[in-house]
Amino acid sequence: MFKLKCDDFLIYDEATGTYSMSPEQQVRDETEKNSWKSAGWTILKDWRLYAMLIPMVLVYFLWKYMPMYELMACFKNPAYGDESGKVASYTWAGFDFFKELFTDKTNSPLFWRAFRNTFTTAFYGLLFGFPMPIILALFFNEVRSNIARSIMQVCVYLPKFLSTVIVTSLVLVLFRSNVEGSVGIVSKVFQAFGADPTLVNGGLVYTTKYYRAIYIITDLWEHAGYDSIVFFAAVIAVSPTSYEAAQIDGAGKMAQMRYVVIPSILSTVVIMLIMKIGSLLSVGYEKIYLLLGDGQGAGGNWEVADTVSTLANRWTGTHKSMGTAAEMLNNLIGMILVIGANKIARKASDVSLY
Amino acid sequence: MAAAVNNRRKTETSELIFRIVAYFFLIVFAILCVYPLIYALSSAFSSGSAVDQGKVILWPVEVQGAAFLAVLKDNLFWVNYSNTLFVTFFGTVWALGYSILGAYALSKKRLLGRHGWNFFLVFTMWFSAGIIPQYQNYMNTVSIFNGIGITDLKWTIVLAMGMNATNIILLRNSFEGVPAEIEEAARIDGATEMQILTKVYLPMSKATIATVALFFGISRWNGYFWAFKVIGNTQTYSWPVQVYIRNYIEEWTTLTGGGAGDTTWVHDYSATSVVYSMVICAVIPILAIYPFIQKYFAKGVNMGGVKE
Repeated sequence: MFKLKCDDFLIYDEATGTYSMSPEQQVRDETEKNSWKSAGWTILKDWRLYAMLIPMVLVYFLWKYMPMYELMACFKNPAYGDESGKVASYTWAGFDFFKELFTDKTNSPLFWRAFRNTFTTAFYGLLFGFPMPIILALFFNEVRSNIARSIMQVCVYLPKFLSTVIVTSLVLVLFRSNVEGSVGIVSKVFQAFGADPTLVNGGLVYTTKYYRAIYIITDLWEHAGYDSIVFFAAVIAVSPTSYEAAQIDGAGKMAQMRYVVIPSILSTVVIMLIMKIGSLLSVGYEKIYLLLGDGQGAGGNWEVADTVSTLANRWTGTHKSMGTAAEMLNNLIGMILVIGANKIARKASDVSLY
Repeated sequence: MAAAVNNRRKTETSELIFRIVAYFFLIVFAILCVYPLIYALSSAFSSGSAVDQGKVILWPVEVQGAAFLAVLKDNLFWVNYSNTLFVTFFGTVWALGYSILGAYALSKKRLLGRHGWNFFLVFTMWFSAGIIPQYQNYMNTVSIFNGIGITDLKWTIVLAMGMNATNIILLRNSFEGVPAEIEEAARIDGATEMQILTKVYLPMSKATIATVALFFGISRWNGYFWAFKVIGNTQTYSWPVQVYIRNYIEEWTTLTGGGAGDTTWVHDYSATSVVYSMVICAVIPILAIYPFIQKYFAKGVNMGGVKE
């Protein structure tokens, strides 16, 4: 005979070989039952608090959760080109559109290209965009004059507050070029390094060759300064006595970095890295959408620029269900990455964003 | 002793080199960050030929204000500009309103199903339905709004866009930091829930509220994509100014991009100067408040280390 391990809520009676509810558990159950009974009362008594929740919940329900109901379209077959129809009235199509996404001769390559570009854009963004703010923070720490540092910080945070439209407008104008020789100032710099912008109408942004570099550089320009704030806070938290001790031991600047600064800011770096990886697939589609050419002649950067979001955007009218399916797959992978990153971050340091 | 002095000197040399590198890098980066705007300002006030031939480097060449004047005289641009002001103001008030109320409720331990409500909020940060379902949903919203008499799409933008769960969580955390004793004291004095929020919590979380209001405000001022998707090319008088600028950029691309397109341009200023002038006009309000608000943003970021 073995005895079940449930002493905390059941009592085993040796004589009869039966289990009975422990009195403590009976009391616990009773309170729980009563608390459920009184839940209505609690809410009624406290209705003001619950009324405060209503506007927020309503807004989120209407414009964040209702779109998820529209997701159903990826399992349904809308009339061709139907943009206004109600999703409930479509006929069910099961996984047909997912199959088409992976096997269709014309659309499948488009999807894979977009998916690949989403990953590579995110990956390069991480590769170059992640170390830059840390370097900036380390350098800011070297500036002894508070005024000089404040002025520099005001300058480097600034691009973050410009809208995507302004940034992309500046990019398109500064990188412009046409056969008549009207060349933007940055195109001139590229020219000095051997690029031939006069061949590309519309500008360097619209070339397969330079699009990625331009995207990454402008991304750094926009975000690196602002992202350095977190790291700078970590760097200035390093106690000055640690530096002094290292100096007495004869550590040069590089050794100080290696043995004093880097270990102290490592936890911040790890958390930020995990978070970045978590949001890997949610690359800002607005900027990509605005830098995307028209796909032919001038504006032939689709090969490297087109991402799942922009593809879905183009498919809004013509391939509604397939576009929905493509983006849902992308966002599901993104969600798994975010949740995984949070789990790891929580394990690694007790800090979690959510 | 000699070894220690030697060490000290070695340290000092490497520190000096590092500091020089740091200063050089930071100065270059800082200049690069503001240079495009200065360049835009100079180009906006330069003559057409100077801009097109790339003679402008830092200061305006052959100064003239015709391009800027053309923007000032552009009626639709200023209608759209006022739309942006409208959307920024009402959108921020609306978003801040429901965010503060919701965050206050979420910060209370006695709220039933607190974890559930938090999850309801946080889930939207993890998963978004994507462009097509969102577009479809906005279309449905617009037709419902039309049904109840709200035909101006500006109100759709104000009410239905610009949600940000991170901001609500920032507010919630700030409210959670207020000591419970103060609330109890107020309650004993007979304060209602609303009075506790406005008289106790809001004054004690001023900095966070300012930060969150600025986050909302900036994102409203800069908003483009959904405003354009929902309004489209039909109601141009409801466009925010960002949509107008983008629309002009597309015209500009056909004007200058095709090479031969320049023949249709008859003014003595460049179409590119018009773009720069619009950029300057759209950026001025942000630049005007930026020096005063940037310290709040630094605070806001460092509040992000959220625990639950």
